[in-house]
Amino acid sequence: MSLLPLALALPPAASLVETFFLGVILLALALPLGLHVAAVHGGRFTSRTRACAAIERALLRLGGADPDEEMSWQHYATAVIAMSIVGVLFTYAIQRLQHLLPLNPDRRPPVAPDLAFNTAVSFVTNTCWQAYAGEATLSHLTQMVALAVQNFISAATGMAVLAAFIRGFTRSSTATIGNFWVDLVRGILWVLLPLALVLAVVLAGQGVVQSFAPAHAVALVEPAVDGAGTAVTTQTLPVGPVASQVAIKQLGTNGGGYYNANSAHPFENPTPLTNFLELVSLLLVPTALCFTFGALVGDQRQGWALLAAKTALFIPLVLVGIAAEQRVNPRLAALGVATTPSAEQPGGNMEGKEVRFGPTGSAVWAAATTAASNGAVNAMHDSFTPLGGLVPMLLIQLGEVVFGGVGSGLYALVVFALVAVFLAGLMVGRTPEYLGKKVGGFEMKMAAIAILLPCITTLVGTAVAVSTAAGRAGIANPGPHGFSEVLYAFSSAANNNGSSFAGLAAGTPFYDGLLGIAMLIGRFWVMLPVLAIAGSLAAKKHVPPGAGTLPTHTPLFVALLVAVVLVVGALSFFPALALGPIVEELEFSGAARPLAT
Amino acid sequence: MLRQTITAARLLAALTLLTGVVYPLVVTGIARLVAPAAAAGSLVDRTGRPAPPAAAVGSALIGQDFRGDRYLWGRPSATAPRPYQGDASGGSNLGPLHPDITAAAEARLATLAAGGAAIAAVPVDLVTASASGLDPHISPAAAAVQIARIARARGIPEDRVREVVRRHMVGRTLGILGEPRVNVLLVNLALDAGD
Repeated sequence: MSLLPLALALPPAASLVETFFLGVILLALALPLGLHVAAVHGGRFTSRTRACAAIERALLRLGGADPDEEMSWQHYATAVIAMSIVGVLFTYAIQRLQHLLPLNPDRRPPVAPDLAFNTAVSFVTNTCWQAYAGEATLSHLTQMVALAVQNFISAATGMAVLAAFIRGFTRSSTATIGNFWVDLVRGILWVLLPLALVLAVVLAGQGVVQSFAPAHAVALVEPAVDGAGTAVTTQTLPVGPVASQVAIKQLGTNGGGYYNANSAHPFENPTPLTNFLELVSLLLVPTALCFTFGALVGDQRQGWALLAAKTALFIPLVLVGIAAEQRVNPRLAALGVATTPSAEQPGGNMEGKEVRFGPTGSAVWAAATTAASNGAVNAMHDSFTPLGGLVPMLLIQLGEVVFGGVGSGLYALVVFALVAVFLAGLMVGRTPEYLGKKVGGFEMKMAAIAILLPCITTLVGTAVAVSTAAGRAGIANPGPHGFSEVLYAFSSAANNNGSSFAGLAAGTPFYDGLLGIAMLIGRFWVMLPVLAIAGSLAAKKHVPPGAGTLPTHTPLFVALLVAVVLVVGALSFFPALALGPIVEELEFSGAARPLAT
Repeated sequence: MLRQTITAARLLAALTLLTGVVYPLVVTGIARLVAPAAAAGSLVDRTGRPAPPAAAVGSALIGQDFRGDRYLWGRPSATAPRPYQGDASGGSNLGPLHPDITAAAEARLATLAAGGAAIAAVPVDLVTASASGLDPHISPAAAAVQIARIARARGIPEDRVREVVRRHMVGRTLGILGEPRVNVLLVNLALDAGD
């Protein structure tokens, strides 16, 4: 019998109710939103609404783009790359020049070159890895025009590539897959911007800061004396345009915080209600896009099947995560403190957690933010119990397909679906098909690149870091947990998640550079093969389903898809996980044993 | 590629204006109109009521480092260089088996015990560092264990302290979201105000 499951008790009933509530609200919002996105990216929305069409065309003309141009996949891909290069350069330049630019009331100096590079790449690739500490490093202007803008653009780029990918299935015998500029602008104007506006205002009403003032210096109620004997009479409270940033950071699955502590900071996430809204927001668009997919391919069952696969992977891992964080640290229990959860106290593992969220609210969030490639945190994953930390790490390593990033999560899952039909085809000796398109050697090669390169980048990056002095210098915790910090960092970067075991001192040229490269590989070496598949499929004819066609909306296919995702993830990462969280779990359970007697 | 790069640059400029300037300005305008105090940082004065920055003694959302026996203590904070450093949020990032977790908890328990708290009644949130280092709350149990000390230091009946704590207790939102909690700064301001 395995030791690990026995170490976990069932999650408390209240946490199950909370999770169920989340699911219901999420579905109720995602279904209409998904259909709306389908109308936007299918072009029906702007053809129905004349004012919107005019605004859209005006914006495109301002950019000098021809709205009626159709692009080949190569052309589409170069447009994506051009936008990303320009975005990196601009984001880098703003950070380096922020001391000369307006809206810098707290007089922040220019960001160091390696950190500015890392942060620019991080936001353009929708990773939003935080090597920076927002409240100490960045000016209001940098947060607004460098980071928030890329939050919009990188998320809309993910949606655009998904739309182009879907055209690969819906079009036939054509060389084109749409117009990147149109897809990009539509995603921002008609999906992300309206959602962000509503969410930002609600958050600000709840206490998320929205201000252009310099940091407040408030007089302390109980003045203190610091180590050097000087009196400390004030507390500095940095403010800024936080609500507007946090709204798009959640909705765009970006996750880069205004503050160092991200959504654990009370100014970024002050109440259980804001926590719930931010949680729903980070899952909303990736969930809605399943329905967009179904609508655009003309068969909602296909979208439901993909959502079912995501949910089947997500639910068990959430429950393991909740149960793991309900556990008490055996070394603290040994000190004799009260640890039983009750109406009077949350109990469980409270190191690195906020009282208003507790272990359940933190564990659900940790699973959601890593499933959805968001990377915002409301608790410090580094201080989670070994299994509690394993859950987010594994969800990242599964390739960010369990919800995943806006757009990117779904196109990556469809790549896995292509592998699944290919495997099924091999078993029965038929040419595999998906959504009426034959899947051939070229598509499989591209799928292999998209799936394997992030895995390789994670493992090679981790190996390089732990075998060099510069890499080991950043590790904060001793033993297997220190290895977990490095493994988590490269998993997060290479899969564009952005959360971390934050003890790792990653703001060094070594980590800034290496993780920056990992983020670029994780973004573009999935996106480019996906566009190549789109181009190849668009050129093919539709084939009518025959007797040998595997239906891709059945529970059987969902099970096959889940199995493919799990096998690839498990085979790639089990050995590495064994060196980190798994061996730590054995130590953790071992530390608990004497108490049982 | 060159033509596309020019398009990308022009479109980036237009989108920067829209999402990087107009959008945050509109949000700021609306927030200032509908919730000025919340958007400014939920600052409070000595009476615990909303206040402009000049009269503020803190934010209702941000914890402070209370150490005197007369005051309710918040959670341990791992911010640097001092606990509850407002401009340097963050947690300890210690793994669950890091020896410093146990050492910090032991030191904290010793301080609490010196104030008369029974160790078996001290909840785990009162000996562990929060994620932000600025957690404004403690659990109701963490407040309960400090009531006797505060009453003794202030020379007032325990029931009066208990009553102040009870008035600042907040339950789960909608009965399911979050955890029951007590706002440390607001309790201390109420205690100082003498009610």
